[in-house]
Amino acid sequence: MTTQPPLAIEATGLVKSFGETCAVDGVDLAVRSGSVYGVLGPNGAGKTTTIRVLATLLRPDAGSARVLGHDIVREAEAVRELVSLTGQLASVDEDLSGQENLVLLGLLLGLKRRAAKARAGELLTAFGLAEASGKLVKHYSGGMRRRLDIAASIVVTPQLMFLDEPTTGLDPRSRNQVWDIVRTLVAEGTTILLCTQYLDEADQLADRIAVIDRGTVIAEGTPGELKASVGSRALHVRLLDPDQRPEAARVLERELGSVHLEADPAALSGPCSDADRAAEAVAELGRASVRIGGFSLGQPSLDEVFLALTGHTAEEQTEDGAADLHEEQAA
Amino acid sequence: MSTRTSHAQTSTPAAGEETAALRRALASTPRPPRASAVQATLAFGWRGMLKVKHVPEQLLDVTITPVMFVLMFTYLFGGAIAGSTGEYLDYILPGVLVMSILFTTVYSGVALNTDLTKGVVDRFRSLPVWRPAPLVGALLGDAARYLVGGTVIVVLGLALGFRPGAGIGGVLAAMALVIVFAFGLSWVFTTLGLLLRSPSAVMNAGFMGIFPLTFLSNVFVEPETLPAGLRAFVDVNPISILATASRGLMHGNADPTEIVIVLATAAALTAIFAPLTTRLYRRG
Repeated sequence: MTTQPPLAIEATGLVKSFGETCAVDGVDLAVRSGSVYGVLGPNGAGKTTTIRVLATLLRPDAGSARVLGHDIVREAEAVRELVSLTGQLASVDEDLSGQENLVLLGLLLGLKRRAAKARAGELLTAFGLAEASGKLVKHYSGGMRRRLDIAASIVVTPQLMFLDEPTTGLDPRSRNQVWDIVRTLVAEGTTILLCTQYLDEADQLADRIAVIDRGTVIAEGTPGELKASVGSRALHVRLLDPDQRPEAARVLERELGSVHLEADPAALSGPCSDADRAAEAVAELGRASVRIGGFSLGQPSLDEVFLALTGHTAEEQTEDGAADLHEEQAA
Repeated sequence: MSTRTSHAQTSTPAAGEETAALRRALASTPRPPRASAVQATLAFGWRGMLKVKHVPEQLLDVTITPVMFVLMFTYLFGGAIAGSTGEYLDYILPGVLVMSILFTTVYSGVALNTDLTKGVVDRFRSLPVWRPAPLVGALLGDAARYLVGGTVIVVLGLALGFRPGAGIGGVLAAMALVIVFAFGLSWVFTTLGLLLRSPSAVMNAGFMGIFPLTFLSNVFVEPETLPAGLRAFVDVNPISILATASRGLMHGNADPTEIVIVLATAAALTAIFAPLTTRLYRRG
């Protein structure tokens, strides 16, 4: 018997609509303290709205949630004192310098001017932004902006941090830096709710993942459990000539059992857990005179996770939920 | 959807140092007591000032335009309206002060609307601070801009021969009165700024209101020659009363009743539109 650690977030049946569209449609979440909890889903699935409700920026239409033991509606002020939000749009002021941004937040959180300045300096150094501290944020690169954004969220260390798509649009090096920061934060005891559209990112960082689609949680578990549900690896093939895709799909379906057509008209993939089978399948494509631009054996893409879990692809949906429900069955 | 086959974690020595610095940074933050309403408001006011510092072009609106108005109206219409440019300057200078500061209040709404399109507002709204602080603070920052604009107008006026009977004290009192009224009026435009979709929509709607309201006042001409209906409107227009009160303060013949009416109007606008703005801002 182990004692259950307390829950940092406990949400039941959260609903939030904007006019006709229901962005969040009955979300349940249980997030353990001290963990990274990934919320995975495509654009418009309701991730950002869920975060905004939990961070007390939006009132839920129905359902309830407790964040760090406080009700998000009745005790919103108490919640705000314990959490911090790093929004999808960089939540820093572009017209101020990095240093001014952090000092401003320090002052707003109750630090005296001198303490706010000292704290800003400390964070800028820790996040590798000391040299750019006097530059206006609008001249920062995407990676620098993200780091400043996260620094701004820990001017006063929060118990719980909401991170909304922290690496969308970042180059791989900046992404790794952000991941390192997140790992350090968690190691120091902060709980993180991480929204992402990348399975890869959730896999790297999260202890548990909720897959969300059209405002509801459609699967929940550890990264391992989720991947097991879709087959742990996949063979991805890129064709030189998109016209050959039907032929390639036939071959892969025969070799691998099933095939998935990617959004890119020259790309397709199929479940495949061992390298020999992959090599064989690629050889078969060659024999069928399909010209291949490249191939790789890797994790299933979010598209495939979605296809496996929902039967439809993770089609881009608009954030206000006006999702056109293309039940596009591949293959 | 791209495919990643490996997750090479490249940890350079520098990254290691940063991680150590990050750990230190995370370890050293006792939570300070919550910022007071005044503290938070001043911090937001400071933000407004920093924006002026970094984007000084913002000050062009409050400096160049009134200079143009003073020169144009004085020399183009002064002789025709008041008989001489000198005499007209005494009449119009307090009026231009009122007009240009009130025109600038529209920008409070535009700036708020622009802010909303950026993620930083989400952060402000998720902070445990006094709710109206971001709004009141921004308006305090704007008041500093009004002061700059007002000073430019008065100095220009003095250079052109404007001689206020009540001296510097009268001029300062008039400027203070106009700024207090502008603070009240700003709330109307911040409400608009939260209701309309784009900064240019706020700008258009704002000027559609403030432009006729300013011209249908006694800012430029004495209302005696106006048709009866229009004159009745001009006489009760709060902007007329503000302009008359400012002239009175500058020339030393102010009517206390008018000053009270101006202050009451500002208080009423604040009482109605400040809570409305705050509510809309919270709602998000």
